[in-house]
Amino acid sequence: MSRTLPQRIDAYPTHWIAGLSVRSGRLMPFGATEVPGGVNFSVYSNNATAMTLVLFRRGERGPFAELPFPAEFRIGGVYAMTVFGIDPETTQYGYRADGPFRPEEGHRFDATRILVDPYAKVLNGQEIWGVPVDRDQEFPRRSGIAPDDFDWEGDRPLGLPEEDLVVYEAHVRGFTRHPSAAVGAPGTFAGLVEKIPYLKELGVTCVELMPVFEFDEMDNVRVDPTTGDRLHNYWGYSTVGFFAPKASFAATGRHGMQVDEFKNLVKELHKAGIEVMLDVVFNHTAEGNELGPTISFRGLDNRVYYMLTSDGYYYNFSGTGNTVNCNHPVVRGFVLDCLRYWASEFHVDGFRFDLASILGRAQDGRSLMEPPLVETLAGDPVLRDCKLIAEAWDAGGLYQVGSFPDYCRFGEWNGRYRDTVRRFLRGDLGVTGDLATRMVGSPDLYHRRGPVASVNFVTAHDGFTLHDLVSYDDKHNDGNGEGNRDGDNANHSWNCGAEGPTDDPEVLALRGRQQRNAFLLLLTSLGIPMIVAGDEAGRTQQGNNNAYCHDDEISWFDWDLVDRNSDLVRFVRNAIAFRKAHPALRRREHPTGHTGEGIFPDTSWHGAHAWTPEWSGYSRLLAAMHCTRDGDIVYVAANSHWEGCDLELPELPEHLAWHVFADTAAPSPGDSHEPGSEPRLADQSSIRIGPRSVLVLTAGTRSSISRGED
Amino acid sequence: MSFRAKSTTDDGVVTIRLIGDLDSRSAPVLNELIAEIDAQPVRRLVLLVDELAYLSSAGLRCLVFAHQKMGRGVDIVLVGVRPEVAETIRLTGFDRSVIMQDPVET
Repeated sequence: MSRTLPQRIDAYPTHWIAGLSVRSGRLMPFGATEVPGGVNFSVYSNNATAMTLVLFRRGERGPFAELPFPAEFRIGGVYAMTVFGIDPETTQYGYRADGPFRPEEGHRFDATRILVDPYAKVLNGQEIWGVPVDRDQEFPRRSGIAPDDFDWEGDRPLGLPEEDLVVYEAHVRGFTRHPSAAVGAPGTFAGLVEKIPYLKELGVTCVELMPVFEFDEMDNVRVDPTTGDRLHNYWGYSTVGFFAPKASFAATGRHGMQVDEFKNLVKELHKAGIEVMLDVVFNHTAEGNELGPTISFRGLDNRVYYMLTSDGYYYNFSGTGNTVNCNHPVVRGFVLDCLRYWASEFHVDGFRFDLASILGRAQDGRSLMEPPLVETLAGDPVLRDCKLIAEAWDAGGLYQVGSFPDYCRFGEWNGRYRDTVRRFLRGDLGVTGDLATRMVGSPDLYHRRGPVASVNFVTAHDGFTLHDLVSYDDKHNDGNGEGNRDGDNANHSWNCGAEGPTDDPEVLALRGRQQRNAFLLLLTSLGIPMIVAGDEAGRTQQGNNNAYCHDDEISWFDWDLVDRNSDLVRFVRNAIAFRKAHPALRRREHPTGHTGEGIFPDTSWHGAHAWTPEWSGYSRLLAAMHCTRDGDIVYVAANSHWEGCDLELPELPEHLAWHVFADTAAPSPGDSHEPGSEPRLADQSSIRIGPRSVLVLTAGTRSSISRGED
Repeated sequence: MSFRAKSTTDDGVVTIRLIGDLDSRSAPVLNELIAEIDAQPVRRLVLLVDELAYLSSAGLRCLVFAHQKMGRGVDIVLVGVRPEVAETIRLTGFDRSVIMQDPVET
């Protein structure tokens, strides 16, 4: 028998409130925490005058107890109370905050409302996707208490080097909701677990999940004009609870086990060698503007949490009604607490910050050179090994790609990369020089931090899918209910000769080639490549470039495409494997142009003639040769002209020979090869590049690679 | 509803029959029982759960506790898990900690 330890002397009640035994609680940690004999509640508000804890039993409409915090339970602006004898599993809670209601001064206290705890680890009220909260209830969203005793089996964040990342951006629901996904629990964390073998085979090393914090998918009032169906807030960039995994993304959400289910997803991805990055939305909340619902922050301390004009209205730098007051000291602490929680409790490997420029705005909206919040996150010990990626712009006009205050810690979604690659592929003139800069990790933008600061992408959830980028000249967003006015107009897309679906074989062949061109440029560029889930299989949104509101076939990954477009999937798998096989493509330094100890310069530029790049504004041809000190050599040529041309190849030393890894002009399966089995080029001095094509060669020893033609 | 747990030991195999509701109120009873069993040499822990009327998430965690307490060398077998409970165990990944079996008529 183990020795029984003496009971703590503070583990006894001192007060009796509303029929429950309580005592002054611990201030830290904030939120509701299981303690021996009960639950500790801690909540703060600098401007509230009084606070009441409201307790519910699961399944009962009204509260079973309301406990005003006695004065001696408050330290500064923090109210803390331990309540004994309540069952953490069946107890739900909220707060009433009293204080001034003077909107012109920014205060909107209303003690008649029951508020969600900003630190709630579990949120009840929307456990089933697509079912709105019960607004007839006095308090439809209730905070819950999460157990933190998950069995991690020794798991820890993977800590992969940034240069080894291949990011795969996915929506939890959309990834497995389609019937063709054929998983046991469609549209959930558990469903995603069933698809891990697919991800592993594809070769991606990081899954970036679109918002998984609790949000309200039913807060969209628009309807689809053709079907009359109610539209959703499907993407979820509208946070209700920052500490709570979305209940309806968990098959076990109805049992309150979403925390466990999400942790299991992370554990299983880690077992497969795949990191987990979360898309986090700290720029605004689901409470909207003056007319929006009061859920939590507005009632708890409106003036602190939101950026307000001098007469108390909401600034709208996010384009969604309100703007979180990120650089207020209280909010900085809140954001830090939240990220620390996800990093430590969920073993998350990194964060992508939605509209991150708002994190760099002052309380009056100015853009700060040294934003305290960003600095805090950059230097935090808990987050030290987390990848931090900024979407370095906002809806208020800040565009900081290359100038986000990074503290040598933040990487960025490289919007310039996306635009340049798209324009080059389309055949625009005058972008060849810029393409060269993008292919080597954008040294013009990330000189100090190296290529890994650049998250390269051609498509993201926001905009066309890759299939649609090569199938539509214009966006087709009528189904979004805004008369096709929403969504970006600058898509730099080209439909290859017919708008949308066609059976013209030439158009289809060109589209197939253009998709391969994009993948090949992306996966041979220095930096961190990011792919959108489904692009590898030719997923379409039918020309919709802003599908945030569609919980239907437009958004869901149709897994039949994996079979139908298996040649494209194979191509992408090979291209990822090729990247993994070649350190020349995963360098942490920008090229210098010097030869150093290698055979060739780290990166050299070529054109139709070797060592002679064509930088003129009329050039549509570019070739790069990357070479490491250890002799890994990769040659990438891109031709966006509608005619092919002959390329003179750099002459290799005697013991080496050029081998072809990929040629997008060649029909499948000759368009790519498994790394290690690339055929040797018969003519070592020149090669033909086809119209609108990308070629990738590698130098192997004369005997080592060549199992193909000789 | 009340909760009862009866345990028998036979050559390193401990069998516990669980009856009633296993939730956060009754879980400590089972946890204590498991802690006691851990003092004995055990190679297999069999939990007969077909007479459980209700198994909550706290009850589920109790089974994981058994797994952690007894170590990887001990098989933990759940006999007679209801389908919806089995599903929850599977979706949250707890199925890696336990072996689930159908009840055998004897």
